Amino acid sequence: MPVLSAAECVAKCKVVRRHIIEMLAAAGSGHPGGSLSATEIVTALYFHHLRHDPHHPDDPDRDRFILSKGHAVPVQYACMAECGYFPISELATLRCIDSRLQGHPVKGTLPGIEASTGSLGQGLSIANGHALAGRIDGRAYNVFVRLGDGEIDEGQVWEAALFAAHHSLDNLIAIVDANRIQLDGFTADILNTEPLPEKWRAFGWETVEIDGHDMDAVFAALEQGKAHRESPFCIVARTVKGKGVSFMENEPEWHGVAPNADEKARALAEIG
Amino acid sequence: MGERKLGRATRDAYGDALVELANTRDDVVVFDADLAKSTRTGKFGALRPERFFDAGICEANMVGTAAGVAACGKTVFVSTFSAFLMCKAFDQLRMAVAYPRENVKMVTTHGGITLGQDGASQMSVEDFALALGLPGVTVIHPADDPSAKQLILQAAATDGPVYFRLGREKAPLVYEADHEVRIGRAEVLSDGRDVTLVANGMLLAASLDAAEQLAGEGVEARVIDVHTLRPIDRETLGAAATETGAMVVAEEHLTVAGLGSVVAQTVAETCPVPMEFVGLHETYAESGQPAELLRKYGLTADDVLAAARRVLARKG
Repeated sequence: MPVLSAAECVAKCKVVRRHIIEMLAAAGSGHPGGSLSATEIVTALYFHHLRHDPHHPDDPDRDRFILSKGHAVPVQYACMAECGYFPISELATLRCIDSRLQGHPVKGTLPGIEASTGSLGQGLSIANGHALAGRIDGRAYNVFVRLGDGEIDEGQVWEAALFAAHHSLDNLIAIVDANRIQLDGFTADILNTEPLPEKWRAFGWETVEIDGHDMDAVFAALEQGKAHRESPFCIVARTVKGKGVSFMENEPEWHGVAPNADEKARALAEIG
Repeated sequence: MGERKLGRATRDAYGDALVELANTRDDVVVFDADLAKSTRTGKFGALRPERFFDAGICEANMVGTAAGVAACGKTVFVSTFSAFLMCKAFDQLRMAVAYPRENVKMVTTHGGITLGQDGASQMSVEDFALALGLPGVTVIHPADDPSAKQLILQAAATDGPVYFRLGREKAPLVYEADHEVRIGRAEVLSDGRDVTLVANGMLLAASLDAAEQLAGEGVEARVIDVHTLRPIDRETLGAAATETGAMVVAEEHLTVAGLGSVVAQTVAETCPVPMEFVGLHETYAESGQPAELLRKYGLTADDVLAAARRVLARKG
């Protein structure tokens, strides 16, 4: 599949954001905030940085992408459809009975989904396993995992962070989508997980901090992560929850509510 | 009663099975959570350090990591005490192992209350209830060393998630070394027609002892080893219910949601008969010697015998 430049990825983000709004509006439920905050990161992965073939999703040498914060799966479905994993028309079946597009990712239902997530805090461990197996088998793939700054409340994440550093899993790149908001409110008020870069460094991870909506910065950080050796790599991506739709931005109430017809129209007009 | 020869602990059979797998299979990866000496996974680690990972005291991460390795085509074993795997990592078993049906063998040791003096925090009285709450997971509790090794090697040769509860203590020998057991096939150990005694694990020998006692009173008991709780052997259990008309189920587990419940459901669906249940009734146990614990909590041959008499009275 074609590899897009950073500028082309910026343009693709508009398409992805439109899909997110449209599929959530069609479903009538879901989580727009965390999909919109990670649109640049996930788009950069699927259209440039992941080595993957939508027609051979089980290729043992593929790069892996695991969406640990599974509720943000609309952004992944949008990118997968645009890459050709499944027809774009299928996005309209999100959260419907008999659909392959489950409300949270389900491994085995939709080719290309690497892990069943949605019960938060588990994706980094599963990513550890893929990274470890790659080392055992001498395969050169990388494993990317996306976490949330609310999700990392979960203790298992820190067990997994210890394990990855202890075993120097340098084929593992974690991206913390730091959008500052979890379901009940701002992470600073619910359970403060800052300072994020210092925490990951203390756990033995090489860590960079970027503007998660700056495509050039996202590209540079992912390149740095792929090249880094001898420890796992963490990208703390500072993002805006609901990015791209003004009335959703930085609003905790848009964590898990789908837009109605009017809101959908306003959102699409803003995205352009 | 109680004259049965002691074999080794079923956890030692696991150690032997792992040594065999270390020497014959390149796709086997083993994880432990800082109990490798106790579970015997250390034997694999000594032979195949590149495929053995001590995850530290992190059961949740161990299970998730094991699932990721399994997703890449490996046959993965995860081990710790039964209580710690099932109670501490249950959601990881649900999301990362059972739901995607990863090829993870959950082989746990120190199951039940017979680990003894360490007390209730280390004991699993609810592990079958939890394991049976994972759809599609095979659930096995072997009674002795020879059958445990066979069943573990069969599980290693089959794709899909399997839960094993093994024991800390030396287990009474039930099977000859050359007796073949199969996952999913209950073993009829004595073929009586008056009452059926169903058991597994440590309670199997107790049930055989109870059957000998009953034989002395002219009552012929059929004793069945249901080492595999899922898939349950409907045919053998249905035939036993039909032909004996009364049944006792004995297990080292809460009497709810374990072997007794599975067998009762099976019997209800095939041929309902009076049943009695031997197990832990709404309680945790405590520190003590294994034999003392079995006596105090009602898990001896005498308890099976008493249950058999009750069910025979109900049978009329």
